[in-house]
Amino acid sequence: MPWDEGLVNSLVYDAPDPNEGRVLGYAQAVNEALSLALDHDPAVFVTGQGVDDPTAMFGVTKGLQEKFNAGRVFDSPLSEEGMMGICTGAAMHGMRPVFMHNRPDFILLAFNQLVTHAAKMHYMDNGQTTVPLVVWAAIGRGWGSGAQHSQSIQGLLLTVPGLKIVMPSTPYDAKGLMLSAIADNNPVLVFEHRWLMKKEGVVPEGMYRVPFGKGVYRRRGKDLTIVGASHALELSLQAANKLAAEGIDAEVIDLRTLKPLDEEIIAASLQKTGRLLVVDTGWAMGGVCAEIGCLAAEKWFEHLKGPVRRIGLPDIPHPAGYTLEQFFYPDVARISQTIREMCGK
Amino acid sequence: MIRYPYQGTSFDDWQHKLSSYAPEFLLKLFRDMLRIRIIEEEVERRYFQDHMKTPIHLVIGQEATSVGACAAMTRADLLYASHRTHGNYLAKGGDLKAMLCEFHCRINGCTGSRGGSMHLMDKSVGMAGSSAIVAGVVPIATGAALAAQMHGESYVTTVFLGDAATEEGAVSEALNFAALKQLPIVYFCENNFYSVQSPLVTRQPKRELYKWAAGYGMASELVDGTNVLAVYETMQTAVARAKRGEGPTFIESPVYRFRAHGGAGDDSKTGYRDIAEREAWEKVCPLETYFTFLKSAGLIDETVRNTMAGEIMAETMEAFDYALASPKPTEADLYTHVYAD
Repeated sequence: MPWDEGLVNSLVYDAPDPNEGRVLGYAQAVNEALSLALDHDPAVFVTGQGVDDPTAMFGVTKGLQEKFNAGRVFDSPLSEEGMMGICTGAAMHGMRPVFMHNRPDFILLAFNQLVTHAAKMHYMDNGQTTVPLVVWAAIGRGWGSGAQHSQSIQGLLLTVPGLKIVMPSTPYDAKGLMLSAIADNNPVLVFEHRWLMKKEGVVPEGMYRVPFGKGVYRRRGKDLTIVGASHALELSLQAANKLAAEGIDAEVIDLRTLKPLDEEIIAASLQKTGRLLVVDTGWAMGGVCAEIGCLAAEKWFEHLKGPVRRIGLPDIPHPAGYTLEQFFYPDVARISQTIREMCGK
Repeated sequence: MIRYPYQGTSFDDWQHKLSSYAPEFLLKLFRDMLRIRIIEEEVERRYFQDHMKTPIHLVIGQEATSVGACAAMTRADLLYASHRTHGNYLAKGGDLKAMLCEFHCRINGCTGSRGGSMHLMDKSVGMAGSSAIVAGVVPIATGAALAAQMHGESYVTTVFLGDAATEEGAVSEALNFAALKQLPIVYFCENNFYSVQSPLVTRQPKRELYKWAAGYGMASELVDGTNVLAVYETMQTAVARAKRGEGPTFIESPVYRFRAHGGAGDDSKTGYRDIAEREAWEKVCPLETYFTFLKSAGLIDETVRNTMAGEIMAETMEAFDYALASPKPTEADLYTHVYAD
């Protein structure tokens, strides 16, 4: 059993209503997406360190090698930059690689190929080639993951033209966005969150795609707008639901993809509420929170009734120890307190 | 001091091999090298006019590797280049006008003025890409070879890299993977002994690169980069090995660049290398040694050479005129192809 399995098992999420459809876990939903994509298109292959080992990327790649053979689902040497380039080259010549990492931290070894090559090839060669590449990783948190196994790097990548960034928060989206990512003709980063892997939800069988650049309301409200994605959005939704009892009516928007970004849904909500809280699993400085906050100042200033607030990580590396972690990470209580302050309660 | 002497044997003892080649083929190799030399010299001559607003990395002195290697490839085979692209692009059948338009930042350049001299690319002739990051395309070329293997296609990928690229981790990673999967690829390493102005001796322990590469578990060869026929034959063997499904080959080919790392002219006088070293290598200029070899066999003379040079010069001038008269991009051109549909 992986070292943090017990921690992830202990997390409690709202149970889905089985009357609404088939209930599936988050990791199983991604697994189903990969299986469908491999079945649907012979150009798809899956690689990464340990994709065929018994723990199977938290279960995400379980059974795929047995089903589709070791030619299409294969373990990778510990060569992050080399393999990122190899997947890029394969993508430029007709393949649709899915390159998987247990942690986003490992993608930092491959920035030359990801940022300087994969993201720019289509532009640099004036459209002669495309790079239909999916790069997947699961963000870590807790159990001593620390500074080198917990990084949430979407903020670093947001600034790179040519990339797309996907951060699902539900099993339904995890499957539908993965299928969209594999069908997309650009390099797409899919960041899941380790703490969402056991979350359950209603997931239809078969193929469906969740479009990029389309946010969704997770909760309707009139007092303030909370926007974000992935686990940060999940925590915010929990906070918003609790605060309803205190008479605070928050609107919660799941962006689902950070790049492209659904500006329309944020603008429409802000027009109604006048207050904006941006949440992210990464650092607040210079990242997703900063970008969306700046957009609000630049484009929607006239709607704002008060300052935009950010809840991301402090400008500090991730500590490994349990006690320090409690100070470092935002939780439902801290998000709730920020919401109260914003609403003057 | 000559730090890196020429250690080959040029065309000594090659006379007996001539009968196995068609004279047209032998002359074409010479013409292709002469063409690259003349075009490069004209690019160099005009560089200070500032119409070509692009960094250039002249291939003068290294023509035999591009021409010899490409002669062993079909159009469907892929070629990847480093930043020193001109010889690779022309030898692979790239369009001279499109290359010069790219140098002149025109919309009809081979990459629409997005790439410039360091990023020549033309999918239609198998010129698959190039990178300004040393070793940048080595993993990408390896991925192209993986795609060929997975699709069951017969094309072979060749990637040119310099001696300094072998110091990059990405090359080790790519060689390991290519050997592991027995990919149909040739790593063609032009060892010109200098990375910009840094000599090999300050960058690597004393060793032979082709022996180092053999340690990855692949076939590895050393071939004289001034001898176009030797390059051709070594490449032929490597390409055939790849096509048979017997995996990758690493080829080390010692060459010498007669010019600076970048820009026009030679910069040896700055002192990082001895001018006598360049002069010693100029005595085994790939163009002149091959000319002498063909001439001694009665296959060419100065008149034929001058006729060739005249034709090439006319083609070159016409291509420069074409580039200078070509349209520049508009602002709207900036925004296309950021994302693929």
